[in-house]
Amino acid sequence: MTFEPTLRRLGAAAFAALMLGASPVALLAATPADTLVIADAIDDIVSLDPAEAYEFSGLDINNNTYDGLVELDPTNGQMVPGLAESWSVADDGTTYTFKMRPGVTFASGNPLRAEDAAWSLQRVIKLNKTPAFILSQFGWTADNVDKMVTADGDTLTIKTDKAYAPTFLYNCLTAGVAEILDKETVSAHDAGGDMGNVWLNSNSAGTGAYVLKSYKPKEGYLLEARKGHWRGDAKIPKILMRHTPEAATQRLELEKGDVDVARTLTPVDLEGLKGNKDVTIQQDVGGQIYYLAFNQKNENYKNAKFLDAMRWSIDYQGVADTIMKGTVIVHQAFLPKGYLGALDDTPYKLDVDKAKALLAESGIKDPEVKLSVRNSPDRMDLAQSIQNTFGQVGIKVDLKVGEGAEQLKEYRARQHDATLQTWGPDYPDPNTNSSTFAENPDNSDEAKNTGYLAWRNAYDPGELKAESQAAVMERDPDKRKAMYEDLQKKSRETSPFIIMFQQARETGLRNNVKGFYTGGATDSAAYWLATK
Amino acid sequence: MEQSDIPGHQAPLLRIARQAGATTAQLLVTFIGLLAVTFIISRVVPIDPVSALIGERATADQIAEARLRLGLDEPLWRQFLLYVWQALHGDFGLSIKTHQPVIQEIARFFPATLELSTLATIIGVLIGIPAGVLAATRPGSLPDQIVRLVGLMGYSMPVFWLALIGLLVFYGDLGWVGGPGRLDASYDMMMEFEVTQYTGMVLVDTALNGRWDMFANAFSHIILPASILGYLSMAYISRMTRSFMMNELGQEYITTARVKGMPERRVIWVHAMKNVMVPLITVIALSYAFLLEGAVLTETIFAWPGLGRYITDALLVADMPAVLGGTVVVGAVYIGLNMVSDLLYRLADPRAR
Repeated sequence: MTFEPTLRRLGAAAFAALMLGASPVALLAATPADTLVIADAIDDIVSLDPAEAYEFSGLDINNNTYDGLVELDPTNGQMVPGLAESWSVADDGTTYTFKMRPGVTFASGNPLRAEDAAWSLQRVIKLNKTPAFILSQFGWTADNVDKMVTADGDTLTIKTDKAYAPTFLYNCLTAGVAEILDKETVSAHDAGGDMGNVWLNSNSAGTGAYVLKSYKPKEGYLLEARKGHWRGDAKIPKILMRHTPEAATQRLELEKGDVDVARTLTPVDLEGLKGNKDVTIQQDVGGQIYYLAFNQKNENYKNAKFLDAMRWSIDYQGVADTIMKGTVIVHQAFLPKGYLGALDDTPYKLDVDKAKALLAESGIKDPEVKLSVRNSPDRMDLAQSIQNTFGQVGIKVDLKVGEGAEQLKEYRARQHDATLQTWGPDYPDPNTNSSTFAENPDNSDEAKNTGYLAWRNAYDPGELKAESQAAVMERDPDKRKAMYEDLQKKSRETSPFIIMFQQARETGLRNNVKGFYTGGATDSAAYWLATK
Repeated sequence: MEQSDIPGHQAPLLRIARQAGATTAQLLVTFIGLLAVTFIISRVVPIDPVSALIGERATADQIAEARLRLGLDEPLWRQFLLYVWQALHGDFGLSIKTHQPVIQEIARFFPATLELSTLATIIGVLIGIPAGVLAATRPGSLPDQIVRLVGLMGYSMPVFWLALIGLLVFYGDLGWVGGPGRLDASYDMMMEFEVTQYTGMVLVDTALNGRWDMFANAFSHIILPASILGYLSMAYISRMTRSFMMNELGQEYITTARVKGMPERRVIWVHAMKNVMVPLITVIALSYAFLLEGAVLTETIFAWPGLGRYITDALLVADMPAVLGGTVVVGAVYIGLNMVSDLLYRLADPRAR
């Protein structure tokens, strides 16, 4: 009978209860062999509908449950065919033809058709959620998108309003917003004309290697691998994400082997993990860049020599090696490493004598910089380091510490003097940063072009604007790349932006975990290649 | 009962029932008041729910569409009536952040909190009351010093520090307890797909399903955070017990009882305790209610999906439907605990009947 063992176990549990914490309860030490257990902070997720998902954690899920027409190879970031097997662009530069990959099925078993692809892209424009702008910048509107994106047999035709650089379109099609959905399944879950938006919050309907089995906001999610994925099945059958907001907790769980991967560790935790033989620290870059911006309403910041003096007054490497350790790498151009045309060279370093000489040449006496900084510990440490080295040069820095949202408001209203900020690219094409750092359609206060960082700093980029606009239309990829390289060089020598760092991501992995790709600056996590 | 025989006096139970009826009416009024206050707070805070919802890049169209969807174009009084009507039906709207019904999320987070704070309160009461009595009966002795010192530490040590150190020692180094979260990863998935969830409380549900392996695992996870919160609760309860008890022990009826030669144990645990119990019920109820919403840091460190963390997280992203839903639930718990302690007073103290 089963009664007795149950009673005995109950007795054991009761005994454990009496021991109050000192209970020798048997614990499963390792994670299940068929499951990759990840600890991360995932409370940024707003939606899992690809047309709406625009947060890192949600895009990580969708990257594994859906595929796009064009994909980025997780191992090297190179553009590769996804659900489209091949594509071409007509001579007019506005008509693209994508040939769909044959034999692909959705998780539901439905075959992938060009119709699904057309419907998915049209749906993004019609729903018009936050990331819709990534596709609407090709001239698509709710009224015309049914004509701009059409399906015929196994061919998808995409029209754009202008002859953009083809790489611009392809890069945007690798973004999460352009994932392809199973039209039949999603349509069956339409609620009040929402095109399945609510249903997709807790279900997936893609061709991806995994299926969303369960999602509990602020608690975690479970993905299950499906059979017969076109790229080959995922190596690990299940992915279990446990929302763990506290980094120190993640570190303990990783050390104990209760999770396989910890994704939001702080420099302190990483330092503490260094000697651990069971744990590997994997280094990647993220897309965010850290920069200083100077409002040109203050005439000082139009003085080229003064701007140059400040560029030589920052201890870039020292900061990256100490106070920001493990979280940034030195990076001095507006395109993050991983983007088409990104510049890796770092010409500026701390050179007090040179900076002093430049300051003297600038003719500005006893300059004062009022630097707005948000009140998080890492930002304040960084600002203090800048204050210190600027001080050595003879530039007085007043730190204005405030709450992040307040400071952003001030920045968007052009009321700051100088500010320490980060910027994350919106989509995986260089135009995303080029347009905001090097374009300003109208520099008047009334224009309120708050989406342009140049406008926020009352900066008129002059000839750079035309160059940036030309680059997004340049159809030769090599020439386009060269244009962005040139743009970044000019921008860092003339603009009131000092770009200092790119975000680095360090992931803690148990030693047996291999092939965990976080997606770098341009993409999201790929779980299907991971093994353990 | 003797008293029931006296003409014109109702049976105490009946009277309690009548009073309970009046209390319930009071409760309803209090609850509507609570809704009014939360509603007003949500409208006066300088947080724009629309920008919280759709982010920095939104166009004017998207903003207008979201305002319409949230009902923000309606006059304020209609918004309030709608709010009360929906709240009475358990509908707190959709969370702005997660797009899930707030009531569903609370149904997930509240049982986790309830389980944790109940266990913590049990620990706090079981240790706190005897410790307080021990200290009160031997003031100035070594046991008293120890109880006071331990109590003082519970008061003054930051709970996140205690939680982290506890996790480091008992989970990290000694391995006596399960780690953060409510279950090990492998049981996490079983809990979702193999266990019928009656209450949302892991200990209760696993027991009801006869899954004692999971029960033991859940217990190994809950015991550390419950002990830490229990310690805080114990510190408060023992301190208050000590002071209430010392006050009672100075009363004349105690001296009388002692003079009559009553055994000291009976004097303390029966005569004095009866009177100590009345204020102590309030103390325990307050400490319990506090744990239900105030254990944010402990819940964060232990990755515990608790209500305190839920409300705090929601507040940080200006997710007002979630904040209001959580606040209303916490308010309702306070009201409920108030009612329960009211009833308990009457049972404990004949004068209150």
